Amino acid sequence: MAALRILVPVKRVIDYAVKPRVNKAQTAIETSGVKHSMNPFDELSIEESVRIREKKSYPHGVDEIIAFSIGPPKSVDTLRTAMAMGADRSIFVETKEGEEVEPLAVGKVIRELVKREGINLVVCGKQSIDDDAGQTGQIVAGLMGWGAATQASKVSFGEKGVEVEKEVDGGTETVRSQLPMVITTDLRLNEPRYASLPNIMKAKKKKIDKISAEELGVSLERRLKTLKVIEPPPRQGGGKVDDVDGMIAKLKELGAI
Amino acid sequence: MISRAGLSVARQVRPQLRTKPGPTPVASLSALARLLSSLAVLEQRDGKLNHGSLGAVTAAKKLGGSITGFVAGGNIKAVAEEAAKVNGIEKIIAVDNAAYDKGLPENFAPLLVENIKKGGFTHIIAGHTAFGKSLMPRVAALLDVQQISDITAIEDEKTFVRPIYAGNAIATVESSDNIKTITIRGTAFAAAEADGGSASIEDGVDPKAECNTEWVSENLAKSDRPDLATAGKVVSGGRGLKSKEEFDRIMLPLADALGAAVGASRAAVDSGYADNSLQVGQTGKVVAPQLYLCAGISGAIQHLAGMKDSKVIAAINKDADAPIFQVADVGLVGDLFDKVPELTEKLNKQ
Repeated sequence: MAALRILVPVKRVIDYAVKPRVNKAQTAIETSGVKHSMNPFDELSIEESVRIREKKSYPHGVDEIIAFSIGPPKSVDTLRTAMAMGADRSIFVETKEGEEVEPLAVGKVIRELVKREGINLVVCGKQSIDDDAGQTGQIVAGLMGWGAATQASKVSFGEKGVEVEKEVDGGTETVRSQLPMVITTDLRLNEPRYASLPNIMKAKKKKIDKISAEELGVSLERRLKTLKVIEPPPRQGGGKVDDVDGMIAKLKELGAI
Repeated sequence: MISRAGLSVARQVRPQLRTKPGPTPVASLSALARLLSSLAVLEQRDGKLNHGSLGAVTAAKKLGGSITGFVAGGNIKAVAEEAAKVNGIEKIIAVDNAAYDKGLPENFAPLLVENIKKGGFTHIIAGHTAFGKSLMPRVAALLDVQQISDITAIEDEKTFVRPIYAGNAIATVESSDNIKTITIRGTAFAAAEADGGSASIEDGVDPKAECNTEWVSENLAKSDRPDLATAGKVVSGGRGLKSKEEFDRIMLPLADALGAAVGASRAAVDSGYADNSLQVGQTGKVVAPQLYLCAGISGAIQHLAGMKDSKVIAAINKDADAPIFQVADVGLVGDLFDKVPELTEKLNKQ
């Protein structure tokens, strides 16, 4: 059996703590001058991959952990963070600022990289917190014909295959799959580490290979056209009541109880 | 692409198709019939139809056109018969094979794709549930189409509305794909009535795709309380509860007093106060009950994403500046350890 060659797709998104604002033209979310960081689920993916290596949980070891991102030029920062957390090198597909790539196209780019790099495990976040689509991992598995374990909260390597505990509606479910495969990460999987200053410095020397979607033979043309983006209807706080009796009375008045 | 003119022709033709008794002359009109025919992917468990998945039928009704239901699993007959009674479904495609019982996308996706190709469906609809989320993107990849996830409204046959950025923005998107694969937000599409229909049942094609993943076990939280995703009332606790013991002691009696389901914030789940499956928010469940009553929850945007479409929101929190009060219809500033038991007691007396 061969060692693991792990690909970890990461995405640069608006920081999770920032309240997004719709732009004036109602075409997209305002992104300029807004704090960005790595999609939180992708941090879990990097962390899990690094732990598999550190804990030697896969008996044949980890050969390489490659971080990958597709996005505007600043996504390089996100790849540096991934490498500071422990990824060995990065592959970057640059797109124009403001050009959103759909999950299907991202999946096709990853398919080509998987073939080029001899990847046998793709670990990616279960969803990006901007588009909230939750598709990319499953698309990669579908395009490759691989097994997929989505919303993983625990990953272990046994003699019979890779066992993954998944978060499902109403509890958890455990499935066993065979390499090569795709795992998508859920919040309960681990606690991502902070990159230490020495590791941040080291990450600056790690390699980022740039490649274009054309070179990979993938079209980034969109299938969905965004017609408009609006703010959700605002909710008016109905004010406060003084005591429990007031609360019961108000709930009755609103027909809630 | 479906032209507007073609579609309006189809709308005019369809009522005529319906009124004719006997087999519908679909063959001669196949080009028109193909214009809009939806496949609603229904979920089943242990030989019982999951009624929550009937939201897919409701969405299909909004699209117009013919509606076919799809079920697969071992001993599927009972489920197919149950689904055939659902209002609005014209036909049920059933595949009887225990290999599909666990809904593993590795073999379920090829199964669905074969049946989609055979039936020439234009819209494939499933719930944005754990099953739909793991299955549908794979189906979309096999069909080479871009899926539209977690939609909350349908404008026309190719235009859909979906929340992005944790519900902080609502996007309207238009699909250029020939086949639309869609997952729907359950709270936005109520389940279709489970009776009044009389669909025909037919066997689907079974490609018997190999499955490189096997189901090992499951661990589902058991509860007599209503299901969180579909409950009419939800009580939810956060970090303010301080421990699992306190969470159970304070929140469960309140839930029982109201006949409500129990939910929790991510902080409460991460701290081990409540089970993961109870998490409400962007990364957990999205709920929209008649009443959402929360205690000890500050109201972070990720939490609001999962509950701000509730009809009435009530909040108990000791911090008068907590963001939850900006969305709550009824807010009570106070210590939840005093207020919640008092509320429970007074509700029980009524």
